[in-house]
Amino acid sequence: MKYKSQAVAMPYFIAAIGLFVAQIVFGLILGMQYVVGDFLFPEIPFNVARMVHTNLLIVWLLFGFMGAAYYMVPEESETELFSPRLALAMFWVFLIAGALTIIGYLTVDYATLAKYTGNDILATMGREFLEQPLLTKIGIVVVALVFLFNITMTVLKGRKTAISVVLLLGLWGLAIFFLFSFYNPTNLVLDKYYWWWVVHLWVEGVWELIMAALLAFVLIKVTGVDREVIEKWLYVIIALALVTGIIGTGHHYYWIGTPEYWQWWGSIFSALEPIPFFAMTVFAFNMVNRRRREHPNKAAVLWALGTGVMAFLGAGVWGFLHTLAPVNYYTHGSQITAAHGHMAFYGAYVMVVITIISYAMPILRGRACNSPKAQVLEMWSFWLMTIAMVFITLFLTAAGILQVWLQRVAEEPMSFMAVQDQVALFYWMREWSGVVFFIGLLAYVASFFVKGKEQPAGA
Amino acid sequence: MSGTFTKAMARNVFYGGTVFFFLLFLALTLDTTKALPKTDNRHNITADVAAGKHIWETRNCLGCHTLLGEGAYYAPELGNVYKRRGPDFIKAWMMAQPTGTPGRRQMPNFHLSDEELDQLIAFLKYASEINTQNWPPNIEG
Repeated sequence: MKYKSQAVAMPYFIAAIGLFVAQIVFGLILGMQYVVGDFLFPEIPFNVARMVHTNLLIVWLLFGFMGAAYYMVPEESETELFSPRLALAMFWVFLIAGALTIIGYLTVDYATLAKYTGNDILATMGREFLEQPLLTKIGIVVVALVFLFNITMTVLKGRKTAISVVLLLGLWGLAIFFLFSFYNPTNLVLDKYYWWWVVHLWVEGVWELIMAALLAFVLIKVTGVDREVIEKWLYVIIALALVTGIIGTGHHYYWIGTPEYWQWWGSIFSALEPIPFFAMTVFAFNMVNRRRREHPNKAAVLWALGTGVMAFLGAGVWGFLHTLAPVNYYTHGSQITAAHGHMAFYGAYVMVVITIISYAMPILRGRACNSPKAQVLEMWSFWLMTIAMVFITLFLTAAGILQVWLQRVAEEPMSFMAVQDQVALFYWMREWSGVVFFIGLLAYVASFFVKGKEQPAGA
Repeated sequence: MSGTFTKAMARNVFYGGTVFFFLLFLALTLDTTKALPKTDNRHNITADVAAGKHIWETRNCLGCHTLLGEGAYYAPELGNVYKRRGPDFIKAWMMAQPTGTPGRRQMPNFHLSDEELDQLIAFLKYASEINTQNWPPNIEG
């Protein structure tokens, strides 16, 4: 690596991968509970396992984003990190706070946890993805602010590139919109309206800036294409993302007590949301085709291309599938939503974090790239996880179509639980795909331990 | 992507577009805020409803159920459960959990007092009377 302080990225990446493994274990438990309803009940009820599954995802992606920033920003700014010690201290604060929260979920009754962590002073818990106790939420804000201070100071004292500015914008946006998680009015409609300012404006807003910046950085490194070209693409992609995605929030305002006109605003703008993802795919392939060098890290290139394709499929195509109001009227809150959620998160955010890890980790370990043997295993893990995720998505989509038909379209609609029995076959197939995904993930972890002839650093 | 369209132009489109559409979003939010009293059933929010929402949140109901279509997809939609089942059924149901039927999905018993159950039901009644543009398509949710 070019700057010594980039090394602080390493613990962040390791923690991210560790939590990823835990997330998938809970995913398998949830998938099992879909078909064997009393599996692990009452030890781990579904709601607890789900909260652990989704919260671990968010936390490990944040670890990944922070690690990525600590790796990228010194190199982009051509200066050492403002304070590596602060970065390391925040790593431990975040890891311990995260671990305590998960242990709290698993060992303490949720109402009791709420009582002892200040939820009666300021009630913020019990809302999807924002289940964290008040203390954890405050911890997240503190860690985020210290992190942003560290990164911003580094950018300010060094070279300012489009990539680092876009990354900073995305990270600041992430922190600012998280503040809406502290607003929880009794009025359910207002509660939901601003809940989306965290959730939607994260994943279909500022996170896309982070994702595009990460992808642009890796593409510059592995293709050697001129920075001017890549940064122009970067601006075009994020312009498209925010122009469509901000008003696209409206696709969540169809049926929650908000005015009818959101059906128009939401449908039109979110119908355009696949465009930036499509641009990202074209961008990744274009840059790799126009490469000026053969980077020895083939695995990182594969992840970068995969991110483009899978983000477009998961976020773009599967998002469009149910985003138009007349369609969403039937599909809202069904397994279609779950199908989209899985592939979009995997394709966009999981894969982009793995892309930067795949590129940076060998360098952090003192070599330009891993041995061919290790890379082959990593590429196997790419295909296993990615194909498994495609099947998870397809089976959930099949379950969703059936569910919507039996429960909401048929002349004599069936009850929710009766329908769940009807679609159980697809849940079984989803669970088996999940097992394959887990095998792929284990192969990914194993690839870090495969030795072989490595290319020395400095390439 | 080549020729006359420069990086500086792309940057300006990004900043200009973002600011414009965020301001538009704020304007729509302002309009929505003014229109909400007509649809959000706020005149029926009582102390019981507020207490009920607190119970709803601290039992992590959204970890399994959906409410107006948002939450987890493991258990039935509860935005219209008041209309589908009625207060007495909901109360009896919650007290009878978990069923313990082998292989069936299980709902924990939250050991709510009679008063707490009434508050939760008051919240669900309020939620069921929000104008959701006729969603869900039928009573099954």
